Amino acid sequence: MHEMGIANSVLEAVRTEMGLHPGTYPCKVGVRIGEMAAIDQDALRFCFEAIVHDTDLESLELGIEVCPRRHRCWGCGREFIVRDYDSRCPQCASLETKCISGDELELAYLEVEEYGASTAAAKSPQ
Amino acid sequence: MERVPLQQKVLSENDRVAGELRTRFQKHGVLCLNLISSPGSGKTSLLERTLETLPRQDRVAVLTGDIQTENDANRLKRFHFPVKQITTGGTCHLDARMIERHLADWDLDDLDLLLIENVGNLVCPSSYDLGEAAKIVVLSVAEGEDKPLKYPSIFFKSDLLVLNKIDLLPYVPFDIEVAAENARKVHPGMEIVKVSCLTGNGLHEWMLWLEQRRIAHRALAQETVS
Repeated sequence: MHEMGIANSVLEAVRTEMGLHPGTYPCKVGVRIGEMAAIDQDALRFCFEAIVHDTDLESLELGIEVCPRRHRCWGCGREFIVRDYDSRCPQCASLETKCISGDELELAYLEVEEYGASTAAAKSPQ
Repeated sequence: MERVPLQQKVLSENDRVAGELRTRFQKHGVLCLNLISSPGSGKTSLLERTLETLPRQDRVAVLTGDIQTENDANRLKRFHFPVKQITTGGTCHLDARMIERHLADWDLDDLDLLLIENVGNLVCPSSYDLGEAAKIVVLSVAEGEDKPLKYPSIFFKSDLLVLNKIDLLPYVPFDIEVAAENARKVHPGMEIVKVSCLTGNGLHEWMLWLEQRRIAHRALAQETVS
């Protein structure tokens, strides 16, 4: 259960990034999580909601994009999604394939809104 | 509404510290290995057998992580190599900062090999880079041969699987070939050694793997210098 630490790191990154966008507030932060990254989505959401609760970032939404494990064939160059741990190339049946993605744990984007641009959820500064 | 792209890893701060550690290990010619397993798979026993076998004059040190107690460090100190316990106080994994902090009063020039025993946990330690040259996953035959499929991340990221407690094979329903096959489904080409820390069976294979890694690391370090 290290999702609390992950959620904290996401929030720290949001706060740092917000320093570059004065006059706006963050609406949604997007993360990319590979299926091999050992992160439990539900636990991450739970922790994220727990740490933004009763803070100025309470309305911040967490977007999670799950990235499948992808391999590239050394032989024919075909790129494919690995399902059920079958890493054989679907084109030439070679077992000589290399993992090219699937263990991501990355921040993808931050959606920010100008204060006053929307009436919903906006907490304007005093 | 504006969408700002964020091109960074979630654990970028940990990765930054781990990167600095890796550079330091390379500069001082230290091979750092990170041992990971669930609690009770035999990481400490494997380290005991390892330290017992290595020549006294070898430049080896151990950092051993647990949530509480100095028990593991006390077990490992008997072998007269430098050993330090990292007690995390609740955290279920080691992170790069903990390693940096606990290395502070060791001179890396005095070391060739640093063995890190992570907190017993098959999940969380896999997310935290410690600056190691390789991760090693230990799995005991008492745990079930489908562990690589259930916890793929750590098997995917480890260079070596140590299948421990093979002395128990006659007593447990564990198919060692299925376990190896599962590990290689997750990590094609994964290296596997089968050992019993109790009887010593297979330990020479583990020591050989370790020695080969050390030789390769020394060669790489010399190449970098020259």
